[in-house]
Amino acid sequence: MSTQNVVAELLKSIGVNPDHPFGDDVARIQVHQNHVVGIHLIPGLKVEADETKDGIAAHLLVEEGAVLKKPVHICFGVLPEEGLQHIQLNIDIRQDSKASILAHCTFPNAKQVEHVMDAQITVGPRAHYAYFERHVHGPYGGVQVIPNAKIVVHEGAEFSTEFELIKGRAGTIKFDYEAECRARSILEMTARINGRENDIIVIQETAHLIGEAARGALTSHIALRDSARAEVFNTLTANAPRARGHVDCKEIVVGQAVAKAVPIVEVMHPTAHVTHEAAIGSVDSKQLQTLLARGLDEEEATDLIIEGLLSKKTAFSSTLPLS
Amino acid sequence: MGILEISHVTLRLDGRPILNDLSLDLWEGHVHAIIGPNGAGKSTLASTIMGLPGYTQYEGDILLDGESLKGIPVHERARRGITLAWQEPARFEGLPVQRFITAGAKDKTRKHAAEALETLGLEPQKYLGRSVDKTLSGGERKRVELASILAMDPRIVLMDEPDSGIDVEALEKIFEALKQLKERGVTVVLITHSLTVLDRADHAFLMCHGTLLDKGNVEKIGGYFRNKCLPCDHINRPQKEEIQ
Ligand SMILES: Nc1ncnc2c1ncn2[C@@H]1O[C@H](COP(=O)(O)OP(=O)(O)OP(=O)(O)O)[C@@H](O)[C@H]1O
Ligand SMILES: [Mg+2]
Repeated sequence: MSTQNVVAELLKSIGVNPDHPFGDDVARIQVHQNHVVGIHLIPGLKVEADETKDGIAAHLLVEEGAVLKKPVHICFGVLPEEGLQHIQLNIDIRQDSKASILAHCTFPNAKQVEHVMDAQITVGPRAHYAYFERHVHGPYGGVQVIPNAKIVVHEGAEFSTEFELIKGRAGTIKFDYEAECRARSILEMTARINGRENDIIVIQETAHLIGEAARGALTSHIALRDSARAEVFNTLTANAPRARGHVDCKEIVVGQAVAKAVPIVEVMHPTAHVTHEAAIGSVDSKQLQTLLARGLDEEEATDLIIEGLLSKKTAFSSTLPLS
Repeated sequence: MGILEISHVTLRLDGRPILNDLSLDLWEGHVHAIIGPNGAGKSTLASTIMGLPGYTQYEGDILLDGESLKGIPVHERARRGITLAWQEPARFEGLPVQRFITAGAKDKTRKHAAEALETLGLEPQKYLGRSVDKTLSGGERKRVELASILAMDPRIVLMDEPDSGIDVEALEKIFEALKQLKERGVTVVLITHSLTVLDRADHAFLMCHGTLLDKGNVEKIGGYFRNKCLPCDHINRPQKEEIQ
């Protein structure tokens, strides 16, 4: 397949018309397996990418004070049924800049695909950075997604990261994000995942609120059907004055599915405050009865309740033109 | 003949008869009110008519158009036209108002949802994109729930305390919805503790201890309120012979 065709196929798989993809003002990077197949940069954004044996090693930099008006579009994909894609990513959002990324990870035909991401993310002082990652998986469940990220959110910076896997089979997902939040920074970490059949989902989200008045929210909304399994480990620590944290873990379990949640909240300063909200189990009976009383049967009602839970977007992703 | 007949229904919860040989008829296209003290069994009656889990094992019978509802599940009762508006409506995290309102409606369009919202005095532009979650106030959620009921085009609507937690202005909108239901020929049951709501009914029932104490026009049943018969301490219980 020519490079052009690969890009077209990648875009088609994520629902973008390849004939009218993006305007010139939209920066984009497209990676297929271990090749950068498309790249377009705009002022304020620098990208260096090296192809490695089984993926790429990339350095993405948003310059100090730069304001990228439109989200940078990143697409990682593996089109064949098998393959390994290892992405090493260093993201450096310099101070006082503003940037956002709309990322798609697409494995539409995967039967045995492994996608590993190792990311270092630095959000500089007073910078604003929002990242949204949508996964598009095929129907076979043959994907292993293993993202790891180490994140530092500097003084007065804001960072929101959101992981969405709703369409197609999750396969195996094991992700591990750890963030350190400095003074007056804001962190929002969200995962919305739909598991079915024998999907396995393991989430480790950790945030350390180490700076004065740092704020952090960890959200995991997961639906599990059939014999899918999920384990969610949310850890939020606060050891600075007036730090504020919230953990929200909701898992709806249908059929033989199994959900486990291990929330750890630790507060080591008398003026810090962390709240924790968890609901794990079958569909809420009041919600179910309400929809039954409108004439939906149990399966339709359950689907609608799950659709709601999984579609709850962050402030950033609700502005994106996503289908 | 009534559209819905409750015939000698006894329902026990924890061994206690919460509905006790209760009989009453709903007339098609009428607005009925049910009043009675706390614990009289009003909400239990609504749950039993709806066939909610835990309220299906009753003696006696409930007939819709002359046909027994025994063994008919909730969603099937709803498909036959019965629906219930809860005193405390459920919250649905992330579920857009439009999806919720049209959930039970044949017409799933934005326009249909918008019309229902407008009747309840909620601006569609402001509410359609929001979620039916804790960001809506209690009164807003109640009105959104009624909008979902208007949109599904039911035959019988059970409203459990439609005025609780509702301000005067919003209550007018709820009455607007009530008027629309009546114009469409829908049969309505208003469970209430309010004379203002009772006044909107064509006919009323007085319940106490799971049984029907009296029924008749709103004036007469409202009289029990005004005479401080409620909450019922059973001293003012009308003599059997007074009840025809
Ligand atoms: N699941 C239950 N198990 C046991 N008793 C119950 C149950 N549900 C309700 N009851 C009892 O049944 C009685 C009637 O309750 P119900 O909620 O129907 O009253 P109500 O007339 O709607 O009162 P209110 O005006 O306070 O809403 C009460 O005494 C209540 O405690
Ligand atoms: Mg009640």
